[in-house]
Amino acid sequence: MSETSTLVFGLILLLGAVGVAAGLTWFERRLLGIWQDRYGPNRLGPLGALQVLADMLKLLTKDDWVPPFADRVVFVFAPTAIVIAMLLGFAVVPFSPDMHLLDMNIGLLFFLGMTSLAVYSVLLGGLASNNKYALLGGLRSAAQMISYEVFMGLSLMGVVMLAGSFSLQDIVRAQEGMWFCVHQFLGLYVFLIAGIAESHRLPFDLPEAEHELTAGFHTEYGGMKFAMFMLGEYLGLILISCMMTALFFGGWLGPDFLPPLAWFLLKTGIIILFFILLRAAIPRPRYDQLMSLGWKVMLPLTLVNLAATGAVALWMEG
Amino acid sequence: MPVIRVDGQDYEVEAGGNLLETCLELGMDLPYFCWHPAMGSIGACRQCAVVQYQNEEDTRGRIVMACMTPVTEGAIIDLTGDRAAAFRRTVVESLMVDHPHDCPVCAEGGECHLQDMTVMTGHRDRHYRGTKKTYRNQYLGPLIHHEMNRCITCYRCTRFYRDYAGGTDLAALAAHDHVYFGRHREGTLESPFAGDLVEVCPTGVFTDKSLVHDYTRKWDLQSAPSVCTGCGVGCNTLPGERYGRLKRIHNRYNDEVNGYFLCDRGRFGGNHVNDAPRIDYPARREADGRFRALDQAACQAQLADCIAGKRLAGIGSPRAGLEANLLLQRLVGAERFNSGMDDGEHKLLQRSLSHLVNSAARNPSHRDIESADAVLVLGEDLTQVAARTALALRQSVRNEAYRLAAELKLAPWQDAAIRNLAQDRRSPLHIVSAGSTDLDDVAAGHYRLVADDQARLAAQIAAAIDGEPSGDAAVLRIRDDLLAAQRPLVISGASAGSAALLDGAAAIANALARAGREAMLSFTTPECNSLGQALLCRDSHASFESLEASGAEVLIILENDLLRRLSPERVEALRERIPIWIGIDSLETGTLAYCDLVLPAAAFTETEASFVSQEGRAQRAFPVHPPAEARRPGWQWLLALARAAGNTALVALEHFDDIVPTLAGEDPVLQGVMRAAPDHQFRSRGLKIPRQPHRYSGRTAMAADVSVHEPRLSEDRDSALAYSMEGSAAADRPAALLSYVWSPGWNSNQSLHKFQADIGGALRGDSGGARLLDELTMPAVAEAPRPEAFRRRDGQWLLQGRHHLFGSDELSRLSAGPAERAGRAHLYLHPNDAQSLGLAEGDGVTLEGCALELRIDASQVPGSAGYAVGYPETLALRSGQWVPLSVASDWQRPPQVIGSDREAAS
Amino acid sequence: MLGSLLSQLRTLGTVLRHTFTRAETVEYPEQKPYLAPRYRGRIVLTRDPDGDERCVACNLCAVACPVDCIALQQGVREDGRWYPEFFRINFSRCIMCGMCEEACPTAAIQLTPDFEMCEYDRQSMVYEKEHLLIDGTGKYHDYNFYRVSGLQIFGKDKGEALDEEPPVDVKSLLP
Repeated sequence: MSETSTLVFGLILLLGAVGVAAGLTWFERRLLGIWQDRYGPNRLGPLGALQVLADMLKLLTKDDWVPPFADRVVFVFAPTAIVIAMLLGFAVVPFSPDMHLLDMNIGLLFFLGMTSLAVYSVLLGGLASNNKYALLGGLRSAAQMISYEVFMGLSLMGVVMLAGSFSLQDIVRAQEGMWFCVHQFLGLYVFLIAGIAESHRLPFDLPEAEHELTAGFHTEYGGMKFAMFMLGEYLGLILISCMMTALFFGGWLGPDFLPPLAWFLLKTGIIILFFILLRAAIPRPRYDQLMSLGWKVMLPLTLVNLAATGAVALWMEG
Repeated sequence: MPVIRVDGQDYEVEAGGNLLETCLELGMDLPYFCWHPAMGSIGACRQCAVVQYQNEEDTRGRIVMACMTPVTEGAIIDLTGDRAAAFRRTVVESLMVDHPHDCPVCAEGGECHLQDMTVMTGHRDRHYRGTKKTYRNQYLGPLIHHEMNRCITCYRCTRFYRDYAGGTDLAALAAHDHVYFGRHREGTLESPFAGDLVEVCPTGVFTDKSLVHDYTRKWDLQSAPSVCTGCGVGCNTLPGERYGRLKRIHNRYNDEVNGYFLCDRGRFGGNHVNDAPRIDYPARREADGRFRALDQAACQAQLADCIAGKRLAGIGSPRAGLEANLLLQRLVGAERFNSGMDDGEHKLLQRSLSHLVNSAARNPSHRDIESADAVLVLGEDLTQVAARTALALRQSVRNEAYRLAAELKLAPWQDAAIRNLAQDRRSPLHIVSAGSTDLDDVAAGHYRLVADDQARLAAQIAAAIDGEPSGDAAVLRIRDDLLAAQRPLVISGASAGSAALLDGAAAIANALARAGREAMLSFTTPECNSLGQALLCRDSHASFESLEASGAEVLIILENDLLRRLSPERVEALRERIPIWIGIDSLETGTLAYCDLVLPAAAFTETEASFVSQEGRAQRAFPVHPPAEARRPGWQWLLALARAAGNTALVALEHFDDIVPTLAGEDPVLQGVMRAAPDHQFRSRGLKIPRQPHRYSGRTAMAADVSVHEPRLSEDRDSALAYSMEGSAAADRPAALLSYVWSPGWNSNQSLHKFQADIGGALRGDSGGARLLDELTMPAVAEAPRPEAFRRRDGQWLLQGRHHLFGSDELSRLSAGPAERAGRAHLYLHPNDAQSLGLAEGDGVTLEGCALELRIDASQVPGSAGYAVGYPETLALRSGQWVPLSVASDWQRPPQVIGSDREAAS
Repeated sequence: MLGSLLSQLRTLGTVLRHTFTRAETVEYPEQKPYLAPRYRGRIVLTRDPDGDERCVACNLCAVACPVDCIALQQGVREDGRWYPEFFRINFSRCIMCGMCEEACPTAAIQLTPDFEMCEYDRQSMVYEKEHLLIDGTGKYHDYNFYRVSGLQIFGKDKGEALDEEPPVDVKSLLP
């Protein structure tokens, strides 16, 4: 692609991702409503879709307040970090054979790196608030994200081994015969769980845990700074769904009656739906349960998966 | 120590008690009504039933009343078992048969022993479907409200009123199930301890009338430990506040001082903080003589204007705390500081202080006074001057009864038995006074003499004890009684105004000590901090005369109404010599009219202060609520004055607790005041001690009419108490910080036993207060010259002051109820004197320019005239003055008010 | 482990099935739900059947209130009845729990099915007695505390309350 078209695509991607994330807030609330036998936002615009706009206006017009006891610089920087990291992650997403911002040979590592950066946002936000709930939220998120990052990375190594490349386009192409979700089922399972934990969405929203910690790391946040945390969370959700599509569900691959981009978006959409369903159905575990699940179940599972995949790969090459 | 088994568990307990007391001491909940720790058991209410077993084999046992059953070795009782519980439940149910269903409109509700016991026994459903009997109530005076329907006939009221406090006008009337507790006809309850019925009655038959008309439940009262400002006894009180108003004063237990009871001056005399005109803002007198309120900045400027660089003089106050007086003394310099008393009173107090310190006799607490087995009262009508001491004396005369009981091995709590046994046999009490006293009914002998003759008699008794022969039968009788006792007690005081009398009292006590008796000597003091002022000024005291000559330019008057101590002419004279007067007071006294700058002091419910009682016990009173408006505690105004004056030694003081340690210097006695209570850094289990009970209600609505945004809680930087319901209300918190008494299941004041280690003994957190005089040394004073014997003069009468519980002190008469009880001042004459003047009861008599109503009193010494001390109309009169009397022309008898009319009007 | 995983999957399925069930939502304010008379909404002070204030200022509602939003001061009227000199509810704190109604011994304080009490100014949520007192008896039509209670008031002498005998003649010695 030429430089201009890259720029245009990048811009579209940027606006698209942010727009979809914003739209998701409405979409999620409607869906939760349906599954919980109620309506959700239905007052503003058709089906309440303009609720997003109203919320945005409200958040935008809120007092931009920094608590007097907070660490001012870090407090303001923290919410931007998560948005930036998540948006950068989108650069390596292969939307179709030729639609991507970057096709790096270390695309997967870049994605992992970006999601890891997001932890700073939560941690710094919690620290800078100088509030006990925020601090506890920050602490939890640090431990949770660092723990789950380990299996997230390891769970993908099976995919990498099978594809023989870190480039996401290569990985998608490597699934032409069979999607990795079949022979990398364990990897998919671990990645799914770790993905939710990484984006700290329900049921793994322990850093926020409104029943215990008021609002966790963003207790002191309001207005646009709060909105950026929320935006980051939804961007993370979309990003994880995109990656899952690319890594396990054949990315843009699909029968020809639909263009590759449509296949990609469709698969991603279904995965997002699944995430929302999880939120609607599964209760939040205790913190210690979350940690022991990670270290005592996920880690062994990943290692078993890795060893088995490696062995099979060697035997196939054999 | 005997071991008893309660509900299958063995306990080692004190011998000599009864089962009820013992179970309560063990922390168990056993319901009771008629038993009272200070009055013993009579077994009337049948509520404290337990099942007692003969031995291990006995499975049936029998129901006994715990309060009437002595503790015996190996006793096996069943307290929580079904039979005992069912019996107790039935008893409560039958007590409740006629109860009038009026808890919501009862001033006892929420702190009602009957409510507590009903819940404790588990009675809930009423089976009785018949009719209830009813009674008509009586008007019992301005202080006590009567609601007879609530009565459960436990007889506590008459046992307290008649047996314990010696009243005669309350009795159990009528017969069988119509028993009625009241007066034989409507009228004011005369006993000075009638107010204790409010606390003694386990339900709401007798309630505090001022509280009934401005009611707040106990759980809504913010209260703090305080000390009564009514007289020099220093009873511990618990004033309760809500919405910035003092609602009531309850007794605060202190086993060494007031025990379970307060006098009515203490209980009802505090309402002046609501009833009397108060000062809310600092004000400056303008040229036109009117006062203009100042805001904070203007006030600061005025203070600096008035005193910077000027020569200061100060008049302290025996009704202000020791700390404020100490500050004022250091601010103006000891040589220009007057203790707030005139020279005569100051010298009398110094003399009694010196006698207390130098006498071989012990300076007794009330607990010691109750243990005295022979008492001589010299020149005091104790019931009117130090009522609580009189109540203690009333108990001391029962020591003969306890002695007789001990011979028969009767336990001291067997109240009815001991009273039957002793009948009229009492330990000797001799009263030497100028007129009849309320203790005469239990006195072995009373001797009506004027003050000078009292002093002469005292000297003769002292000599007689030392072995000098005497022909006077009275002297011999008193001598014999005192010498026959093991713990004789001599009480006198400054009321008679005679130095020789004090000397006489000390001489008797010393002679008794020399004779090997455990003699005790006690002096009453007129005001709550009189003895503190005496201690503060024992080295240097500026009389009012010396203030006039001191060349001071500014006079600071701390909470003192000079017009009660000096004639208006003397005040005028002082005013002319000192150009600028600054008055600090909580009440609008006459003195403030002379002041150029008036500073609003906090009342006793709003400030921390230490008072030294007649026993020499320093006790701390804490603010119940923060001062409203621009009022500030006296000590804070003095600090502001010190800042304005640039006094570097004083400006560094910050906390109340800093005052004494910094300013008292090397004086170990004054430093001892710090032991009265823990300082502001004290914490119980790491927390401050709350002033509000944990059920304190309405916090988010109380101030919502002003602003819906709840105000920040007031912070108390000067004490370990908090204006909050949060904190540690542990049962072992220091007694001096006991802000309210409550225990789960025990909402009434009967919960006190949960705070005592031994029932009737000290509180778990000690007694509170610090005795100061034990460490004091003072030079002995020269004996006063023996006065001439009294000889009557023609046409002239010797004035003798008569004190009244209501009216003779400055503050109680400012409260509505006590003011009604105080009435008008009277003049007392012997019938013969009245006849010779041609006067009849109720006529007007003119003396020294004032007209008083005449009371004919056979106890008045012929040739002398008694007058009511401390009333506005008698402030000019002095004891010992010779005055001519004449019939008042155009005298009108005051209109009669009939009690029931008054009740209807209220 | 596997069992709990299955359980989670079943949960997902159950929730998913709710895609096809109807919403229970009542679309207030266009649709108004039926509120029973004992619904817990705005608090009122009622009068007894004779038209006099029922509240006797006993303070039980205030102490029962878990958010402490009731404050009052008792007074005694000339006819002997206790009444609240002021009675204040801070509705900005009230949680409509109904504890006050349950505690009230005279059926004076009652909750009503009116819950629509929004204000732009929080201060307007502070209701004084004149805002709370209504003219009727509310849910309890017949109860009159003073007809049951032994307290004497003007117009009801001792012995005239429910199940009461005439006052005892203290001077009589008859059995």
